[in-house]
Amino acid sequence: MNGVHDMGGMQGTGPVQAENSEPVFHERWEARTFALNVAMGTFGKWNIDAGRHEIELIPAAEYLRMSYYEKWLERLVGLLAKTGLVSRAELDSGRPDAGSAKATPPLSADRVPALLAAGSLASRPIESPARFQVGQRVRARNIHPLGHTRLPRYARGKVGTIDCLRGAYVFPDSNAHFWGEQPQHVYSVRFPARELWGEQASARDAVYIDMWDDYLEPV
Amino acid sequence: MDHESHHHHHAHQEVPSDLTLRVKALESLLVEKGLVDTAALDALIDTYEHKVGPRNGARVVARAWVDPAYKARLLADATAAIGEFGFSGRQGEHMVVVENTPQVHNMIVCTLCSCYPWPVLGLPPVWYKSAPYRSRAVIDPRGVLRDFGLEVPENVEVRVWDSTAEVRYLVLPERPVGTDHLSEEELAALVTRDAMVGVANVVYPKSGEAA
Repeated sequence: MNGVHDMGGMQGTGPVQAENSEPVFHERWEARTFALNVAMGTFGKWNIDAGRHEIELIPAAEYLRMSYYEKWLERLVGLLAKTGLVSRAELDSGRPDAGSAKATPPLSADRVPALLAAGSLASRPIESPARFQVGQRVRARNIHPLGHTRLPRYARGKVGTIDCLRGAYVFPDSNAHFWGEQPQHVYSVRFPARELWGEQASARDAVYIDMWDDYLEPV
Repeated sequence: MDHESHHHHHAHQEVPSDLTLRVKALESLLVEKGLVDTAALDALIDTYEHKVGPRNGARVVARAWVDPAYKARLLADATAAIGEFGFSGRQGEHMVVVENTPQVHNMIVCTLCSCYPWPVLGLPPVWYKSAPYRSRAVIDPRGVLRDFGLEVPENVEVRVWDSTAEVRYLVLPERPVGTDHLSEEELAALVTRDAMVGVANVVYPKSGEAA
């Protein structure tokens, strides 16, 4: 969806303001929200793409107003309700529904190191050969799906060159909606800055974007 | 760069004070439902506050500077080479290292959300996740670098890597001049988070090189 999260190329957003000696978390609720998101994700009721899309669904004005971990809180509450891990009534009352069953054992502290060290591979073996080869010119498709996509708006319709093949990965546009992983090849595509931004850009500079096969068409 | 004056008001001025209460209530509910063990939350937080952060990435960079064979492995298969240190896993499953040279300056962004290589850099700072950085890094990278006090010469190519897929990037900065006598450990101490995102160069104080 053409949401406000798709920020690449927007102007008027102000200077980048870095904070010296920034703490990992500014407030304890941020740390707890971070950890709650990770812990609840281990139940496997959603995936990373669904999690990203849940944040994208925050209305634009709210998205811009909220701090980062406030968005993570909204995402968690939304996913808990949608997947039925927690009922709307429970979220409203803060109390478990009468007679509700206790869940499967939660993530325990002793499992945390292995959980983080293992991570979760997004790559998948696939049979089909790559459609594009290194050095080939390609155009990013001009698509505007209403659901989740990782094809940024600023690249759509633009022509680039395949820089390298990344392997095959789960397709976020389907996975975010639980329509299956539909793994496909991902390419690093080099877009000259002038192709993206016109004559105002440096003739030397470039943006590299990782693109799933479905985002590309031959030139 | 003078950022002290901004502190973090820009990112937090709108945060209502009831967030603390909301999160506490949610955590209590999840504990009561048997979905959360608070000790696991403590362990997750402790990991990213105290164990995993940019010092990991700095060790990788310093090794690449002193060991050409390691650098070759790092550029060929970053996930495996970083794994040699025991750094692996969540948000670093598919690593790529891009090398700065006298001809090329690399910088990393995630325009769509906040993708960042956790095992080597920890969790991202607020500015990396902010609208100014995400919006401008791709259309005005040199302007963004100037916000960080870094002027990249016109004859150097700026490459911006937008983390749109599950590949996570780390910049291998240039080793500063005048550091031949430094140990690997001393070199690692020079390497900053910002240099590994590509918004700064690594500076050796005695070399007098501009940041």
